[in-house]
Amino acid sequence: MLELKNISFSADGEEKKEILKDITLSIDESFVAITGPNGGGKSTLAKLVAGIYTPTTGQILYNGVDITNMSITDRARLGVSFAFQQPVRFKGITVKDLITIAAGKKIGVSEACVYLSEVGLCAREYINREINASLSGGELKRIEIATILARGTKLSIFDEPEAGIDLWSFNNLIAVFENMRKTLGGSIIIISHQERILNIAERIIVLNGGSVERDGSRDEILPYILKSGGAACSTLTEKAVK
Amino acid sequence: MDAIQKTLLEKIAGLHDVPQGAYNIRANGKLDSRKTTDNIDIVTKEDKPGIDIIIKPGTKNESVHIPVLLSETGLHDLVYNDFYIGEGADVTIVAGCGIHNGGKEESAHDGIHSFHLAKNAKLKYIEKHYGEGDGEGKNLMNPTTVVELDEGAHMEMETSQIKGIDSTLRKTTATLGARASLVIHESIMTHGMQSATTDFSVSLNGEDSNANVVSRSVAKGKSRQLFLSCIDGNNRCAGHTECDAIIMDEASVSAVPKITANDVNASLIHEAAIGKIAGEQLMKLMTLGLSEKEAEEKIVDGFLK
Repeated sequence: MLELKNISFSADGEEKKEILKDITLSIDESFVAITGPNGGGKSTLAKLVAGIYTPTTGQILYNGVDITNMSITDRARLGVSFAFQQPVRFKGITVKDLITIAAGKKIGVSEACVYLSEVGLCAREYINREINASLSGGELKRIEIATILARGTKLSIFDEPEAGIDLWSFNNLIAVFENMRKTLGGSIIIISHQERILNIAERIIVLNGGSVERDGSRDEILPYILKSGGAACSTLTEKAVK
Repeated sequence: MDAIQKTLLEKIAGLHDVPQGAYNIRANGKLDSRKTTDNIDIVTKEDKPGIDIIIKPGTKNESVHIPVLLSETGLHDLVYNDFYIGEGADVTIVAGCGIHNGGKEESAHDGIHSFHLAKNAKLKYIEKHYGEGDGEGKNLMNPTTVVELDEGAHMEMETSQIKGIDSTLRKTTATLGARASLVIHESIMTHGMQSATTDFSVSLNGEDSNANVVSRSVAKGKSRQLFLSCIDGNNRCAGHTECDAIIMDEASVSAVPKITANDVNASLIHEAAIGKIAGEQLMKLMTLGLSEKEAEEKIVDGFLK
């Protein structure tokens, strides 16, 4: 169970901009989608939970433990996983190295390959590739998701996992998340603009202008998003019009 | 060979005992042991310290190990090694120098290696430098490498200096004939008050010759590094030089790539980048459960691999 209590966050800079305003949420569902317009504070919220940012005010609890001031490493060891929106490249570190680090133990090639195959990468082709500029954005995104699979923690947060992934692979991606939900028995939080991802969520939270605009079950929230003329999420409404 | 020398041998050549194939082990300035094969001859020079390694034309899939081990403090070792690789041969040479300096005095090894590759010969040359010691004496290494590639010859050179060398000046010069190719991968890590200078000079003289000089380095502590790389394109040729460095703590790194085209069909590229470890790289590895220090080590190890 993840609890955010009165979380506010302001970005550093000459003019302090308040990105998140007094957010209180508790998440215990197995699959929660966070959506809303760009700049609404979604990625910031995810980074606060992962420990990349520290809230200006408020408290974050994970399974009752106050993690507000805990380091990224300690949160990761406690069972929080975070898939970056823009995965990081490393010269010299191979796909197998990264998956091994994620798994937290020595794993064989065959085990590493299972995670890669799940995200639709031909394992044999990728296992020894360096995570450098030779990989495309879509390939990096899939490897990023594979690292989260390898970690297998109870709380996994994905920041726009669909970005850069071709439509053909998109079906598989949905299957990956559904499978994760079945096997991990924890919570998956996905930041997404894709109707098809929202469609498999139990609960949808709409963040807009740093505040929770809507929060409820999929059946309650999805029709609202699809109807509202651009206010909530233009990407979705454009899709709905088509 | 004593225990210290055996450790050094393992560090520089990954060997637990005497190697397979031909070898020449030099310990504390003297010949320790040597083995030749039908195709590979090793002869002690008469006019100066060092050896001639002569590989018969057409020799395939054979290797030569020529480690140098220094375990006495205060020893200044200087050798001239000449390698003659016969036409059409395809061999691997593993060289390296390990210093264990347990005393107060300076230990030094200066090796001058000259490679003469005949027509269509292929060589993979691996060189590792390693220093250790619990004394205050400094470990110095100044390797000079001279490469002459005849028509169609190909040489791949991998050099690494990962630990324990206080001061190094590495000088490599190469001249390439028609269709000859040269690939150099260098990796260096310096720490403490160490200093390292590498100086590459490649002349692409033959038509369709090509060279790729790549250096990866990490500078920690208060160490200093200078990377010089000069490629001259004197014919229709292709040349690429790249220096990529991670700087940490209070270290200093300079990269000075220089390319000169003396022919309208010479195609030359240089790249140089110096920077600290990207914050997001550390963060990513920390989200996978590594501490900041562990993350840093992984990034450095991968970078130098």
